[in-house]
Amino acid sequence: MSEKWNITLIITRKKGDETPHTQAFPIEVDPDEYVLDGVERVWAFHDRSLTFRHACHHSTCGACGMRVNGVEKLTCITTIRSVTQNGGTLRIEPLRNFPVISDLVVDMGAMYLRLDAAHFSQVAPLPDTGLPFEDDPATEDPQFERLVDCIECGCCISACPIATTTSTYMGPAVLAAIEHRYRETSDISLLNLADGEDGVWRCHSAFECSAVCPSNVDPGWRIMNLRRKVIGHRVRRFFGIQTQEKVLR
Amino acid sequence: MKNASSPQNFLRWFDPRYRQIGTWGFILNRVTALGLTLYLFMHLIALGQLAKGAAAYDGFIALVENPLFKLGEMLVIAAGLIHGLNGIRIALNSFGIGTRYQRVMFLGLMALAVVGIAIFGAKMFLFS
Repeated sequence: MSEKWNITLIITRKKGDETPHTQAFPIEVDPDEYVLDGVERVWAFHDRSLTFRHACHHSTCGACGMRVNGVEKLTCITTIRSVTQNGGTLRIEPLRNFPVISDLVVDMGAMYLRLDAAHFSQVAPLPDTGLPFEDDPATEDPQFERLVDCIECGCCISACPIATTTSTYMGPAVLAAIEHRYRETSDISLLNLADGEDGVWRCHSAFECSAVCPSNVDPGWRIMNLRRKVIGHRVRRFFGIQTQEKVLR
Repeated sequence: MKNASSPQNFLRWFDPRYRQIGTWGFILNRVTALGLTLYLFMHLIALGQLAKGAAAYDGFIALVENPLFKLGEMLVIAAGLIHGLNGIRIALNSFGIGTRYQRVMFLGLMALAVVGIAIFGAKMFLFS
């Protein structure tokens, strides 16, 4: 027989031009269920007008990123046990730094467009998929491909203090995508894309992106690595050293 | 509504709730930078007393012997150490050096700042 907890979900609601407000939903849960299961239970048994995004339920689609008790979480892999206790509360809020469309649904269109501009590829040869400092022999064979780590959940952008104050900043996910794509292609135009006021230099090293990333992307490390690449490119350009430009596939 | 610049969003820079240690580094660097900038202006005003003659400057120096000013000087030293040492971490990380160890670097450098503050504090308040 599974354990049962009584918890209260305090969900931020907003429809149209309403001012955001919270609504409490007491529910009974199994603590080993996931936060997304709790949100779905509220939708199924308490309020069918609650809107939220979800799809795969196994951390592949990146749709269910929300703030749980103030911290960005992929709710489909965050157990209720890990974020509250029996009789406790769970504050569920939409991701920050994105326009709220309805309740927990935010408009991530700007991020997707920027990822497109970075030629973000969701699939890459095995050696190019992980972080370069990870020693994983299973990823050495270039004839195989897999999905890259970034699932475009937007948690990193929500946690970023710089994205809080300007919507023009590319953001950690996009800069990480540029870094990843550059290592794969050596396309100089990617460095030029990142080398700007709203690009790689706008990061102020809070590393919150890496702290909340649910998918081992480590955007903070990638942004700093991208800076090194940009500096190297600038120095080579200053001394007139030719760099062989490559074209994206 | 987009996340347009607003005073509320600016204040979030100084809100460490629910955030990790990196945000403490971020906040400390901003607070100390504002403090050091304010100090720079005060310092220039103080030096301006020299232009008013020796008596004016001596009067000012007598004023800053007040323990409150000493505490202020202590805060300047603390801000300088925290901002400078944290800045070294950020500069190194920005060149891709030690990025994976930025948390440890931050804690280590802040420990060093605390030691420095303690030494300066002892020198200023106990052995002056």
